[in-house]
Amino acid sequence: MASINADNRGLRLAVRYLVLTLIAIIFIFPLVFMVMSSLKPDLQLLRDTSSIRAFLPVGDISFDNYASAFDRVPVAKFMFNSLVVTGTTVIMSLLLCSLAAFSFVFLNWSGRNVALSIIIATLIIPFETIAIPLLLFVSKLPWIGMEGLTFGWLDTYRVQIIPLIADGLTIFLFVQYFRDLPRELIEASRVEGASWWQIYTRVVMPLAGPVLATAAILKFLAMYNQYLWPLMVVQQETYRPVMVGLQYFFQLNTAWGEIMAYLTIITVPVLAFYLVLQRAFIASIASTGVKG
Amino acid sequence: MASKLTTSNRAGWGFALPGFGLIMLFIVIPFFFAFYLSLTNQRLISPNPTEFVGLSNYDRLLSISVLSIEPETDDAGQVVRDDAGEAQYPRVRTFTRNNPDYPQYAGMREWFRWHWGETAKVVVATDVVFWKSLRNTLMFVLVVAPVQGGLALGLALLINQRLRGINFYRAIYFMPVVVSIVVVSLLFRFIYDGNDGLLNNILGFLSFGFFEGRDWLGSENTALGAIMGMSIWQAVGFHMVIWLSGLQTISPTLYEASSIEGASKWQTFRYVTWPGLRNTAVLVLIVITMQAFALFAQIDVMTRGGPLDSTTTIVFQAVERGYGKQDISGGSAISVILFVLVLTISLIQRFLTRER
Repeated sequence: MASINADNRGLRLAVRYLVLTLIAIIFIFPLVFMVMSSLKPDLQLLRDTSSIRAFLPVGDISFDNYASAFDRVPVAKFMFNSLVVTGTTVIMSLLLCSLAAFSFVFLNWSGRNVALSIIIATLIIPFETIAIPLLLFVSKLPWIGMEGLTFGWLDTYRVQIIPLIADGLTIFLFVQYFRDLPRELIEASRVEGASWWQIYTRVVMPLAGPVLATAAILKFLAMYNQYLWPLMVVQQETYRPVMVGLQYFFQLNTAWGEIMAYLTIITVPVLAFYLVLQRAFIASIASTGVKG
Repeated sequence: MASKLTTSNRAGWGFALPGFGLIMLFIVIPFFFAFYLSLTNQRLISPNPTEFVGLSNYDRLLSISVLSIEPETDDAGQVVRDDAGEAQYPRVRTFTRNNPDYPQYAGMREWFRWHWGETAKVVVATDVVFWKSLRNTLMFVLVVAPVQGGLALGLALLINQRLRGINFYRAIYFMPVVVSIVVVSLLFRFIYDGNDGLLNNILGFLSFGFFEGRDWLGSENTALGAIMGMSIWQAVGFHMVIWLSGLQTISPTLYEASSIEGASKWQTFRYVTWPGLRNTAVLVLIVITMQAFALFAQIDVMTRGGPLDSTTTIVFQAVERGYGKQDISGGSAISVILFVLVLTISLIQRFLTRER
């Protein structure tokens, strides 16, 4: 009897792993297919879709597609733009949203509850419903820069950055995290005569590692993957980010190898980032659900 | 909450203002601006001053009516039939164009029709494309919300087992979430391709050649379904993780108790797991619904609303008009309708899943 039970358990374990693996194939094979296809010349690529070779680096493997993608599209320029926009927005968002949350949780001021309620209420407004009025709005906004006072933010970095810095979710994540910090810590520092700025920089932020990671990851993903907004507000190549740069390939139904190369270039950095920080990524998504 | 010692209006506003100000400026004001703009004839660039036009934008978008058409009769009062015996009907445009007898149908076009005995019931609308976008978006939401939520729960239960290497599987299931939906859409255009597409080849292989390939995005019967499938594939890992965090809040002692009571797996799920997931379920449902209503990038990259408007969506229409045709007021009116829909559905979901 004992041996039958053991066999049974072994079999059930094997079935479990089989199910898990089959599902894993569904999730990962399209991405493997993308990377492998980017390495093959178009003719072989189309032939390979009819066999398992579609997922294997076999045949005439080269980086030619990457070379032609770089020729067709200013990939480096687009990458740089995405980096500038995403990097600036993430840093500004962490700073301004944590400051606001700090104030909401630890400071007592009139209007605080109303302001926080307004921020929480914005969580049910999908960006897509304000995109059109926002487009008109930013097309008229003034700016003081090198050329003096100008009107209209279209075709700039700032139009891709400033409107997207602050969002309800990021503030909400910081508020939740700060509420769980021991208040005695803050009040003790206050009694010792520390200014609010000192408490923010020396007491609260050194403890905020986990929520900073969460907010940074979520903001990074949202910003790097922006599509609708830059599509509307950026016409010039000079300021275009990678996702909008994809449009060069929309009408190009034949050069799949090149398309897959471009897709791989803009995806691999994120995937690498994800694989290294996998636990933090998953924890950050999970934390949006807790208490939500 | 805060003690007297910490009262400080100046510092409080000072710290909160940059973040709060940006939210007011770029979310709250544009939100109310949308309502205002939808009542005007505002264009992105126009030499003419903006005029207030009341509800006419909504009127144009939402006007819909059912037209009953009797079959044509000859002089003797007999129904005219063609060779196949089908009754013949006058054309819809005889009612909707320059017909002073039917002013209420002026400018409308046929959306679809059905027959009630010999009478043809024709649904006519001023803006048929917008109605199609409403129908497609609702269909997308109604399919994707339960299917994606359910699959995500299934995956979460699968991943919640104590097995060696389970984190590896979790990492893989989550992987498509970090890939941009724009990238995924272009990749799946290749996978769904009618000639050399991977999907046709795989289905052909699995059915030993019986499956005949089709152009998934090129047919109005399959295009929206193909986009649904891809969207679920990309996003299901996100909600798996949210379910997972919900599962991990359920106390292990409840599971121990149910196993001592000799509960079956289904009973354990039904009476222990599911009640513990109530709040998570509400959250998952609302988040998926909001994301599904915002369907845009997939459409823009894969089909641009076609074939025959079978994949056009509310947001796609808002962008095509507000940005593409620079009709800010029309796009804003569509945005307002979208917001009202999202709010209504969220409230209904909250009501249906309320604590009883």
